[in-house]
Amino acid sequence: MTTKKILMNFNKELAEKPIVYHLVKDYDLIINIFRARITAEEEGFMVLEVSGTDEHIEKGIDFIRQNGVTVNEAEKGLRWDKNLCTQCGNCLTHCPVDALYIVDPGSREIGFDSDKCVECLNCIPNCPYDALTSVF
Amino acid sequence: MKTYTEINEKIASGKAVVLTAEEVIEYVDKKGVSAAAEEIDVVTTATFGPMCSSGCFLNFGHSIPKIRITEAWIDDVPAYAGIAAVDLFLGATQLRHNDPANMYYPGEFRFGGGHVIQKLVERRELQLFGLSYGTDEYPRREIRTMFTIDDLNQAVMVNPRNCYQNYNVATNTSDRPIYTYMGLLKPQMQNLTYSSAGQLSPLLNDPFYQTIGIGTAVWLAGAHGHVYAEGTQHASVVERTENGVPAEGAGTLALTADMKEMLPEFVRGVTLKGYGVSLALGVGVPIPVLNEQILLATTVRDDEIKAELIDYSYDYPMKSGKVISHLTYGQLKRGDVEIDGRKVEVSSMSSYPKALHIAELLKAEIRDGKFLLSEPLQSLPRNKKMKSMVVREGEGGEV
Repeated sequence: MTTKKILMNFNKELAEKPIVYHLVKDYDLIINIFRARITAEEEGFMVLEVSGTDEHIEKGIDFIRQNGVTVNEAEKGLRWDKNLCTQCGNCLTHCPVDALYIVDPGSREIGFDSDKCVECLNCIPNCPYDALTSVF
Repeated sequence: MKTYTEINEKIASGKAVVLTAEEVIEYVDKKGVSAAAEEIDVVTTATFGPMCSSGCFLNFGHSIPKIRITEAWIDDVPAYAGIAAVDLFLGATQLRHNDPANMYYPGEFRFGGGHVIQKLVERRELQLFGLSYGTDEYPRREIRTMFTIDDLNQAVMVNPRNCYQNYNVATNTSDRPIYTYMGLLKPQMQNLTYSSAGQLSPLLNDPFYQTIGIGTAVWLAGAHGHVYAEGTQHASVVERTENGVPAEGAGTLALTADMKEMLPEFVRGVTLKGYGVSLALGVGVPIPVLNEQILLATTVRDDEIKAELIDYSYDYPMKSGKVISHLTYGQLKRGDVEIDGRKVEVSSMSSYPKALHIAELLKAEIRDGKFLLSEPLQSLPRNKKMKSMVVREGEGGEV
Protein backbone atom coordinates (compact mmCIF):
# COMPACT_ATOMS: atom_id res chain seq x y z
CA MET A 1 0.00 0.00 0.00
CA THR A 2 1.35 3.36 -1.05
CA THR A 3 0.09 6.75 0.08
CA LYS A 4 0.57 9.85 -1.99
CA LYS A 5 -0.46 13.42 -1.35
CA ILE A 6 -1.48 15.40 -4.41
CA LEU A 7 -2.71 18.86 -5.29
CA MET A 8 -5.38 18.99 -8.00
CA ASN A 9 -6.32 22.07 -9.93
CA PHE A 10 -9.65 22.13 -11.82
CA ASN A 11 -10.67 24.74 -14.33
CA LYS A 12 -14.19 26.11 -14.14
CA GLU A 13 -15.69 23.65 -16.62
CA LEU A 14 -14.50 20.65 -14.66
CA ALA A 15 -15.97 21.71 -11.34
CA GLU A 16 -19.05 19.56 -11.78
CA LYS A 17 -17.33 16.27 -12.55
CA PRO A 18 -17.34 13.68 -9.72
CA ILE A 19 -13.62 12.91 -9.99
CA VAL A 20 -13.21 11.61 -6.45
CA TYR A 21 -16.09 9.18 -6.88
CA HIS A 22 -14.31 7.54 -9.80
CA LEU A 23 -11.06 7.31 -7.90
CA VAL A 24 -12.80 5.27 -5.22
CA LYS A 25 -15.13 3.27 -7.42
CA ASP A 26 -13.03 2.54 -10.50
CA TYR A 27 -9.51 2.55 -9.09
CA ASP A 28 -10.09 1.18 -5.59
CA LEU A 29 -8.27 4.06 -3.93
CA ILE A 30 -8.70 5.23 -0.36
CA ILE A 31 -9.19 8.98 -0.40
CA ASN A 32 -8.47 11.40 2.40
CA ILE A 33 -9.39 14.95 1.43
CA PHE A 34 -7.43 17.54 3.36
CA ARG A 35 -8.90 20.60 1.79
CA ALA A 36 -11.01 21.51 -1.23
CA ARG A 37 -12.46 24.60 -2.78
CA ILE A 38 -14.55 23.96 -5.82
CA THR A 39 -17.18 26.49 -6.79
CA ALA A 40 -19.01 27.04 -10.03
CA GLU A 41 -17.49 30.43 -10.69
CA GLU A 42 -13.82 29.92 -9.92
CA GLU A 43 -11.13 27.44 -10.71
CA GLY A 44 -11.10 24.67 -8.14
CA PHE A 45 -8.45 23.18 -5.91
CA MET A 46 -8.29 20.02 -3.90
CA VAL A 47 -5.55 18.56 -1.74
CA LEU A 48 -5.98 14.89 -0.99
CA GLU A 49 -4.14 11.80 -0.02
CA VAL A 50 -4.65 8.67 -2.11
CA SER A 51 -3.78 5.23 -0.80
CA GLY A 52 -3.71 2.02 -2.79
CA THR A 53 -1.40 -0.12 -4.87
CA ASP A 54 1.22 1.69 -6.96
CA GLU A 55 -0.54 0.55 -10.11
CA HIS A 56 -3.95 1.83 -9.00
CA ILE A 57 -2.50 5.16 -7.90
CA GLU A 58 -0.73 5.60 -11.22
CA LYS A 59 -3.85 4.74 -13.21
CA GLY A 60 -6.05 6.91 -11.00
CA ILE A 61 -3.77 9.89 -11.48
CA ASP A 62 -3.71 9.24 -15.23
CA PHE A 63 -7.53 9.20 -15.19
CA ILE A 64 -7.64 12.57 -13.41
CA ARG A 65 -5.20 14.05 -15.91
CA GLN A 66 -7.16 12.67 -18.87
CA ASN A 67 -10.14 14.59 -17.53
CA GLY A 68 -8.24 17.83 -17.83
CA VAL A 69 -7.38 18.24 -14.17
CA THR A 70 -3.87 19.41 -13.40
CA VAL A 71 -2.22 17.11 -10.89
CA ASN A 72 0.72 18.35 -8.94
CA GLU A 73 2.53 15.65 -7.02
CA ALA A 74 5.51 17.77 -6.06
CA GLU A 75 3.69 20.72 -4.64
CA LYS A 76 1.09 20.87 -1.91
CA GLY A 77 -1.54 23.48 -1.08
CA LEU A 78 0.63 25.10 1.57
CA ARG A 79 3.91 26.79 0.72
CA TRP A 80 6.75 27.60 3.06
CA ASP A 81 9.16 30.12 1.62
CA LYS A 82 12.52 29.46 3.20
CA ASN A 83 13.85 32.83 2.10
CA LEU A 84 11.05 34.73 3.79
CA CYS A 85 11.24 32.63 6.96
CA THR A 86 13.27 34.36 9.68
CA GLN A 87 13.50 31.16 11.71
CA CYS A 88 11.82 32.70 14.74
CA GLY A 89 9.71 29.64 15.38
CA ASN A 90 6.49 31.41 16.29
CA CYS A 91 4.65 28.95 14.01
CA LEU A 92 5.76 25.89 15.96
CA THR A 93 3.03 25.89 18.60
CA HIS A 94 0.40 26.47 15.93
CA CYS A 95 1.29 23.41 13.86
CA PRO A 96 -0.63 20.43 15.30
CA VAL A 97 1.33 17.78 13.37
CA ASP A 98 4.92 19.08 13.68
CA ALA A 99 5.18 19.64 9.93
CA LEU A 100 6.97 22.83 10.97
CA TYR A 101 9.75 21.72 13.25
CA ILE A 102 13.19 22.51 14.64
CA VAL A 103 15.77 20.81 12.45
CA ASP A 104 18.62 21.17 14.90
CA PRO A 105 18.12 22.01 18.58
CA GLY A 106 21.50 23.76 18.74
CA SER A 107 21.01 26.23 15.92
CA ARG A 108 17.18 26.18 16.27
CA GLU A 109 16.73 26.25 12.51
CA ILE A 110 13.18 25.70 11.27
CA GLY A 111 12.21 23.14 8.65
CA PHE A 112 8.97 22.25 6.89
CA ASP A 113 7.91 18.69 6.08
CA SER A 114 5.15 19.00 3.52
CA ASP A 115 4.30 15.30 3.76
CA LYS A 116 3.27 15.75 7.36
CA CYS A 117 1.28 18.90 6.68
CA VAL A 118 -2.51 18.42 6.95
CA GLU A 119 -3.19 21.90 5.57
CA CYS A 120 -5.07 23.17 8.61
CA LEU A 121 -3.62 26.59 7.66
CA ASN A 122 -3.15 27.56 11.32
CA CYS A 123 0.41 28.62 10.60
CA ILE A 124 -0.48 31.24 7.98
CA PRO A 125 -1.88 33.96 10.26
CA ASN A 126 0.76 33.11 12.83
CA CYS A 127 3.72 33.90 10.59
CA PRO A 128 4.68 37.57 11.05
CA TYR A 129 6.76 37.46 7.84
CA ASP A 130 4.33 35.99 5.29
CA ALA A 131 6.57 32.97 4.80
CA LEU A 132 3.59 30.61 4.76
CA THR A 133 0.96 30.94 2.08
CA SER A 134 -1.83 28.84 0.66
CA VAL A 135 -2.05 28.07 -3.04
CA PHE A 136 -5.82 28.52 -2.71
CA MET B 1 43.71 44.37 31.11
CA LYS B 2 43.39 45.73 27.58
CA THR B 3 42.37 49.12 26.25
CA TYR B 4 40.09 50.01 23.35
CA THR B 5 43.12 51.39 21.49
CA GLU B 6 45.05 48.13 21.88
CA ILE B 7 42.08 46.06 20.72
CA ASN B 8 41.48 48.33 17.74
CA GLU B 9 45.16 48.09 16.77
CA LYS B 10 44.86 44.31 16.77
CA ILE B 11 41.66 44.50 14.70
CA ALA B 12 43.27 46.88 12.20
CA SER B 13 46.23 44.53 11.77
CA GLY B 14 43.89 41.56 11.29
CA LYS B 15 45.11 39.83 14.45
CA ALA B 16 42.14 40.21 16.76
CA VAL B 17 40.79 37.09 18.44
CA VAL B 18 37.02 37.21 18.16
CA LEU B 19 34.42 34.75 19.44
CA THR B 20 30.65 34.83 19.45
CA ALA B 21 28.81 34.96 22.76
CA GLU B 22 27.85 31.34 22.15
CA GLU B 23 31.39 30.12 21.43
CA VAL B 24 32.89 31.98 24.36
CA ILE B 25 30.94 29.89 26.89
CA GLU B 26 32.73 26.66 26.07
CA TYR B 27 36.06 28.39 25.43
CA VAL B 28 36.20 29.96 28.88
CA ASP B 29 35.05 26.69 30.42
CA LYS B 30 38.01 24.98 28.82
CA LYS B 31 40.74 27.59 29.18
CA GLY B 32 39.77 29.30 32.40
CA VAL B 33 38.81 32.93 32.64
CA SER B 34 42.28 34.49 33.10
CA ALA B 35 43.93 32.70 30.19
CA ALA B 36 40.89 33.32 27.98
CA ALA B 37 40.80 37.02 28.91
CA GLU B 38 44.39 37.33 27.74
CA GLU B 39 43.62 35.68 24.42
CA ILE B 40 40.19 36.94 23.45
CA ASP B 41 39.83 40.52 22.26
CA VAL B 42 36.19 40.76 21.30
CA VAL B 43 32.98 38.83 21.92
CA THR B 44 30.17 39.39 19.43
CA THR B 45 26.55 39.48 20.61
CA ALA B 46 23.42 39.72 18.47
CA THR B 47 19.67 39.62 18.33
CA PHE B 48 16.93 39.53 15.71
CA GLY B 49 13.28 40.22 16.40
CA PRO B 50 10.43 42.71 16.21
CA MET B 51 11.47 46.10 17.58
CA CYS B 52 8.45 48.39 17.44
CA SER B 53 10.24 51.52 18.54
CA SER B 54 12.03 51.94 15.23
CA GLY B 55 11.74 54.33 12.32
CA CYS B 56 13.64 56.46 9.90
CA PHE B 57 14.28 60.01 8.79
CA LEU B 58 14.14 60.51 5.04
CA ASN B 59 15.22 63.54 3.03
CA PHE B 60 13.80 63.74 -0.48
CA GLY B 61 15.60 66.79 -1.90
CA HIS B 62 13.64 69.64 -3.46
CA SER B 63 11.30 69.48 -6.44
CA ILE B 64 10.77 72.38 -8.88
CA PRO B 65 8.84 74.30 -7.76
CA LYS B 66 9.53 73.53 -4.12
CA ILE B 67 7.05 72.12 -1.62
CA ARG B 68 7.05 72.29 2.16
CA ILE B 69 5.30 69.00 2.84
CA THR B 70 2.77 69.16 5.67
CA GLU B 71 1.12 65.78 5.20
CA ALA B 72 2.74 62.77 3.56
CA TRP B 73 2.14 59.14 2.68
CA ILE B 74 4.66 56.60 1.44
CA ASP B 75 2.91 53.72 -0.29
CA ASP B 76 -0.20 55.01 1.50
CA VAL B 77 1.45 54.78 4.92
CA PRO B 78 1.38 58.16 6.70
CA ALA B 79 4.78 59.68 7.52
CA TYR B 80 5.34 62.49 10.01
CA ALA B 81 5.94 65.80 8.24
CA GLY B 82 6.14 68.21 11.16
CA ILE B 83 9.82 68.89 10.50
CA ALA B 84 11.60 70.70 7.65
CA ALA B 85 10.24 70.98 4.08
CA VAL B 86 11.22 67.64 2.57
CA ASP B 87 12.21 65.71 5.69
CA LEU B 88 9.88 62.98 6.85
CA PHE B 89 9.88 60.50 9.72
CA LEU B 90 8.34 57.12 9.11
CA GLY B 91 7.55 54.88 12.08
CA ALA B 92 7.58 51.07 12.12
CA THR B 93 4.10 50.55 13.57
CA GLN B 94 2.30 53.09 11.39
CA LEU B 95 -0.74 51.53 9.71
CA ARG B 96 -1.58 52.05 6.09
CA HIS B 97 -4.20 54.69 5.35
CA ASN B 98 -7.67 53.08 5.47
CA ASP B 99 -6.44 49.91 7.17
CA PRO B 100 -9.55 48.73 9.04
CA ALA B 101 -7.30 47.83 11.99
CA ASN B 102 -9.30 45.80 14.51
CA MET B 103 -12.66 46.96 13.17
CA TYR B 104 -13.09 43.41 11.91
CA TYR B 105 -11.42 41.71 14.84
CA PRO B 106 -8.82 40.30 14.70
CA GLY B 107 -7.40 42.62 12.05
CA GLU B 108 -4.94 41.32 9.47
CA PHE B 109 -2.49 44.25 9.29
CA ARG B 110 -0.89 43.17 6.05
CA PHE B 111 1.18 46.29 5.35
CA GLY B 112 2.47 49.27 7.27
CA GLY B 113 5.49 51.32 8.28
CA GLY B 114 7.75 48.31 8.85
CA HIS B 115 6.97 46.98 5.39
CA VAL B 116 7.73 50.37 3.79
CA ILE B 117 11.08 50.39 5.61
CA GLN B 118 11.79 46.88 4.30
CA LYS B 119 10.93 47.97 0.73
CA LEU B 120 13.25 50.96 1.07
CA VAL B 121 16.16 48.75 2.11
CA GLU B 122 15.31 46.31 -0.69
CA ARG B 123 15.80 49.27 -3.05
CA ARG B 124 12.31 48.80 -4.42
CA GLU B 125 10.26 51.63 -5.85
CA LEU B 126 7.81 53.40 -3.56
CA GLN B 127 5.32 56.21 -4.01
CA LEU B 128 5.51 59.50 -2.15
CA PHE B 129 2.33 61.53 -1.93
CA GLY B 130 2.60 64.89 -0.18
CA LEU B 131 0.31 67.83 0.46
CA SER B 132 0.98 71.37 1.55
CA TYR B 133 -0.85 74.65 2.08
CA GLY B 134 1.70 76.49 -0.10
CA THR B 135 3.90 79.38 0.95
CA ASP B 136 5.67 82.16 -0.96
CA GLU B 137 8.93 80.26 -1.15
CA TYR B 138 7.36 76.76 -1.27
CA PRO B 139 4.46 77.30 -3.69
CA ARG B 140 3.75 73.69 -4.65
CA ARG B 141 0.71 72.25 -2.90
CA GLU B 142 0.83 68.66 -3.97
CA ILE B 143 3.46 66.12 -4.99
CA ARG B 144 3.20 62.57 -6.24
CA THR B 145 6.35 60.77 -7.33
CA MET B 146 7.94 57.37 -7.41
CA PHE B 147 11.31 56.97 -5.71
CA THR B 148 13.82 54.47 -4.36
CA ILE B 149 16.22 54.83 -1.46
CA ASP B 150 18.93 55.82 -3.96
CA ASP B 151 16.96 58.94 -4.92
CA LEU B 152 17.04 60.18 -1.32
CA ASN B 153 19.73 62.40 0.14
CA GLN B 154 19.53 60.61 3.47
CA ALA B 155 17.68 57.60 4.79
CA VAL B 156 18.75 57.23 8.39
CA MET B 157 17.27 54.74 10.76
CA VAL B 158 16.73 56.31 14.17
CA ASN B 159 15.29 53.88 16.66
CA PRO B 160 14.33 55.12 20.10
CA ARG B 161 14.31 51.66 21.66
CA ASN B 162 15.97 48.45 20.49
CA CYS B 163 17.64 45.48 22.13
CA TYR B 164 15.61 45.17 25.30
CA GLN B 165 18.00 43.64 27.80
CA ASN B 166 15.51 40.95 28.71
CA TYR B 167 11.83 40.43 28.02
CA ASN B 168 8.89 38.78 29.65
CA VAL B 169 7.29 35.55 28.51
CA ALA B 170 3.66 35.86 27.45
CA THR B 171 0.72 33.60 28.11
CA ASN B 172 -3.05 33.78 28.36
CA THR B 173 -5.05 32.31 31.24
CA SER B 174 -8.42 33.54 29.97
CA ASP B 175 -11.02 31.47 28.15
CA ARG B 176 -10.59 33.06 24.73
CA PRO B 177 -7.65 33.43 22.37
CA ILE B 178 -5.92 36.79 22.55
CA TYR B 179 -3.94 38.49 19.78
CA THR B 180 -0.86 40.31 21.03
CA TYR B 181 2.51 41.60 19.87
CA MET B 182 3.80 38.34 21.35
CA GLY B 183 1.66 36.47 18.83
CA LEU B 184 -1.54 34.49 19.26
CA LEU B 185 -1.91 33.29 22.82
CA LYS B 186 -4.30 30.38 23.07
CA PRO B 187 -6.85 30.14 25.88
CA GLN B 188 -6.15 28.52 29.24
CA MET B 189 -2.42 28.79 28.95
CA GLN B 190 -1.96 26.40 26.07
CA ASN B 191 1.13 28.22 24.82
CA LEU B 192 3.86 30.66 25.86
CA THR B 193 5.90 32.98 23.69
CA TYR B 194 9.20 34.66 24.49
CA SER B 195 11.28 37.22 22.66
CA SER B 196 15.00 37.29 23.37
CA ALA B 197 18.17 35.84 21.92
CA GLY B 198 19.04 34.79 25.49
CA GLN B 199 22.74 34.01 25.84
CA LEU B 200 23.52 35.81 22.55
CA SER B 201 21.59 38.98 23.35
CA PRO B 202 23.76 42.13 23.62
CA LEU B 203 22.77 43.59 26.98
CA LEU B 204 22.48 40.20 28.68
CA ASN B 205 26.21 39.82 27.98
CA ASP B 206 27.02 43.18 29.54
CA PRO B 207 24.46 43.34 32.35
CA PHE B 208 25.85 46.48 34.03
CA TYR B 209 26.61 48.40 30.81
CA GLN B 210 30.37 48.39 31.31
CA THR B 211 31.19 48.47 27.60
CA ILE B 212 27.92 49.21 25.83
CA GLY B 213 27.17 52.91 26.18
CA ILE B 214 26.33 55.99 24.19
CA GLY B 215 28.70 56.09 21.21
CA THR B 216 29.26 52.32 21.03
CA ALA B 217 29.69 51.14 17.43
CA VAL B 218 27.02 48.61 16.53
CA TRP B 219 26.07 46.50 13.52
CA LEU B 220 22.53 47.50 12.64
CA ALA B 221 21.11 45.30 9.88
CA GLY B 222 24.49 45.20 8.17
CA ALA B 223 25.22 48.93 8.42
CA HIS B 224 27.79 50.33 10.82
CA GLY B 225 25.85 52.44 13.28
CA HIS B 226 25.94 53.66 16.85
CA VAL B 227 24.14 53.76 20.14
CA TYR B 228 23.02 57.40 20.15
CA ALA B 229 21.27 57.50 23.52
CA GLU B 230 19.87 55.32 26.26
CA GLY B 231 16.81 53.64 24.79
CA THR B 232 13.38 54.79 25.88
CA GLN B 233 12.14 52.98 29.01
CA HIS B 234 15.75 52.15 29.92
CA ALA B 235 15.50 50.98 33.52
CA SER B 236 18.58 49.62 35.21
CA VAL B 237 17.23 49.26 38.73
CA VAL B 238 15.38 45.99 38.29
CA GLU B 239 15.23 42.52 39.77
CA ARG B 240 18.49 40.76 38.95
CA THR B 241 19.72 37.22 39.51
CA GLU B 242 22.97 36.47 41.40
CA ASN B 243 25.09 37.01 38.30
CA GLY B 244 23.61 40.48 37.85
CA VAL B 245 21.48 39.52 34.87
CA PRO B 246 18.09 41.25 34.89
CA ALA B 247 15.06 38.99 35.27
CA GLU B 248 12.83 41.56 33.57
CA GLY B 249 12.95 44.19 30.76
CA ALA B 250 15.72 46.50 32.12
CA GLY B 251 18.17 48.32 29.82
CA THR B 252 17.49 49.41 26.24
CA LEU B 253 19.46 51.03 23.42
CA ALA B 254 18.62 53.84 21.01
CA LEU B 255 20.31 52.97 17.72
CA THR B 256 21.02 54.72 14.46
CA ALA B 257 22.64 53.78 11.14
CA ASP B 258 22.55 54.61 7.45
CA MET B 259 19.78 52.62 5.77
CA LYS B 260 21.55 52.78 2.43
CA GLU B 261 24.12 50.34 3.82
CA MET B 262 21.63 47.89 5.30
CA LEU B 263 20.97 44.33 4.16
CA PRO B 264 17.30 43.50 3.42
CA GLU B 265 17.61 40.12 5.10
CA PHE B 266 17.82 41.89 8.47
CA VAL B 267 15.12 44.54 7.96
CA ARG B 268 11.75 42.85 7.83
CA GLY B 269 8.21 44.17 7.99
CA VAL B 270 6.16 42.36 10.61
CA THR B 271 2.47 41.50 10.52
CA LEU B 272 0.87 40.57 13.81
CA LYS B 273 -2.74 39.51 13.52
CA GLY B 274 -5.04 41.43 15.81
CA TYR B 275 -2.17 43.65 16.98
CA GLY B 276 -0.68 45.62 14.11
CA VAL B 277 2.49 46.02 12.11
CA SER B 278 6.08 46.35 13.22
CA LEU B 279 9.65 45.97 12.07
CA ALA B 280 12.05 43.15 12.84
CA LEU B 281 15.69 44.10 12.93
CA GLY B 282 19.00 42.37 13.28
CA VAL B 283 21.49 43.97 15.65
CA GLY B 284 25.03 42.96 16.51
CA VAL B 285 27.05 44.52 19.31
CA PRO B 286 30.74 43.78 19.92
CA ILE B 287 31.95 43.56 23.49
CA PRO B 288 35.64 44.34 24.02
CA VAL B 289 37.31 42.03 26.51
CA LEU B 290 38.91 44.77 28.60
CA ASN B 291 39.22 42.58 31.68
CA GLU B 292 38.26 39.23 33.17
CA GLN B 293 35.06 40.50 34.68
CA ILE B 294 33.77 41.68 31.32
CA LEU B 295 34.68 38.34 29.75
CA LEU B 296 32.99 36.41 32.53
CA ALA B 297 29.76 38.31 31.93
CA THR B 298 29.78 37.21 28.28
CA THR B 299 29.81 33.56 29.31
CA VAL B 300 26.25 33.81 30.60
CA ARG B 301 24.19 30.85 29.37
CA ASP B 302 20.53 30.31 28.67
CA ASP B 303 20.10 28.24 31.82
CA GLU B 304 21.22 31.20 33.93
CA ILE B 305 18.94 33.81 32.38
CA LYS B 306 15.49 34.06 33.86
CA ALA B 307 12.40 35.71 32.43
CA GLU B 308 9.04 36.46 33.99
CA LEU B 309 5.94 34.65 32.79
CA ILE B 310 3.13 37.18 32.51
CA ASP B 311 -0.58 36.75 31.82
CA TYR B 312 -1.37 38.98 28.85
CA SER B 313 -5.12 38.55 29.28
CA TYR B 314 -5.19 40.52 32.54
CA ASP B 315 -1.93 41.19 34.38
CA TYR B 316 -0.12 42.76 31.43
CA PRO B 317 -2.83 45.22 30.34
CA MET B 318 -3.75 46.03 33.95
CA LYS B 319 -0.12 46.30 35.08
CA SER B 320 -0.92 44.24 38.14
CA GLY B 321 2.70 43.23 38.65
CA LYS B 322 1.75 39.58 39.02
CA VAL B 323 4.33 37.10 37.76
CA ILE B 324 3.09 33.53 37.23
CA SER B 325 6.57 32.08 37.46
CA HIS B 326 10.17 32.54 36.41
CA LEU B 327 11.53 30.50 33.51
CA THR B 328 15.05 30.28 32.12
CA TYR B 329 15.78 30.50 28.39
CA GLY B 330 17.28 27.05 28.75
CA GLN B 331 13.85 25.76 29.77
CA LEU B 332 12.01 27.81 27.15
CA LYS B 333 14.21 26.64 24.30
CA ARG B 334 13.36 23.02 25.00
CA GLY B 335 10.01 23.69 23.34
CA ASP B 336 7.75 22.97 26.26
CA VAL B 337 7.73 23.71 29.97
CA GLU B 338 5.81 22.29 32.87
CA ILE B 339 3.57 24.69 34.74
CA ASP B 340 1.32 23.48 37.54
CA GLY B 341 1.97 19.92 36.48
CA ARG B 342 0.89 20.54 32.91
CA LYS B 343 2.97 20.62 29.73
CA VAL B 344 2.77 23.97 27.94
CA GLU B 345 4.18 24.53 24.45
CA VAL B 346 6.66 27.35 23.91
CA SER B 347 7.57 29.35 20.83
CA SER B 348 9.71 32.39 20.14
CA MET B 349 9.21 35.75 18.46
CA SER B 350 12.97 36.25 18.30
CA SER B 351 15.08 34.31 15.81
CA TYR B 352 18.05 32.55 17.35
CA PRO B 353 19.42 31.31 13.99
CA LYS B 354 19.40 34.86 12.63
CA ALA B 355 21.03 36.18 15.79
CA LEU B 356 23.71 33.52 15.49
CA HIS B 357 24.25 34.43 11.85
CA ILE B 358 24.65 38.12 12.78
CA ALA B 359 27.14 37.27 15.55
CA GLU B 360 29.15 35.33 12.94
CA LEU B 361 28.97 38.12 10.34
CA LEU B 362 30.11 40.69 12.88
CA LYS B 363 32.88 38.36 14.02
CA ALA B 364 34.09 38.02 10.43
CA GLU B 365 34.05 41.79 9.90
CA ILE B 366 36.06 42.40 13.06
CA ARG B 367 38.54 39.63 12.20
CA ASP B 368 38.97 41.11 8.75
CA GLY B 369 39.71 44.52 10.22
CA LYS B 370 36.55 46.05 8.77
CA PHE B 371 34.77 46.90 11.99
CA LEU B 372 36.48 48.91 14.71
CA LEU B 373 35.20 49.32 18.24
CA SER B 374 34.41 52.65 19.82
CA GLU B 375 34.72 53.59 23.44
CA PRO B 376 31.46 54.94 24.85
CA LEU B 377 31.29 58.71 25.12
CA GLN B 378 28.94 58.33 28.02
CA SER B 379 27.70 55.41 30.09
CA LEU B 380 24.12 54.23 30.10
CA PRO B 381 22.35 55.13 33.34
CA ARG B 382 22.86 52.54 36.09
CA ASN B 383 20.45 53.93 38.65
CA LYS B 384 17.29 54.48 36.71
CA LYS B 385 13.80 53.17 37.45
CA MET B 386 10.89 53.07 35.07
CA LYS B 387 8.05 55.47 35.74
CA SER B 388 4.42 54.71 35.18
CA MET B 389 2.00 57.18 33.69
CA VAL B 390 -0.03 58.91 36.37
CA VAL B 391 -3.33 59.90 34.85
CA ARG B 392 -4.42 63.19 36.42
CA GLU B 393 -7.10 65.78 35.83
CA GLY B 394 -6.38 69.21 34.40
CA GLU B 395 -7.24 72.39 36.29
CA GLY B 396 -10.68 72.57 34.81
CA GLY B 397 -11.40 69.09 36.08
CA GLU B 398 -11.56 67.51 32.64
CA VAL B 399 -9.30 64.68 31.63
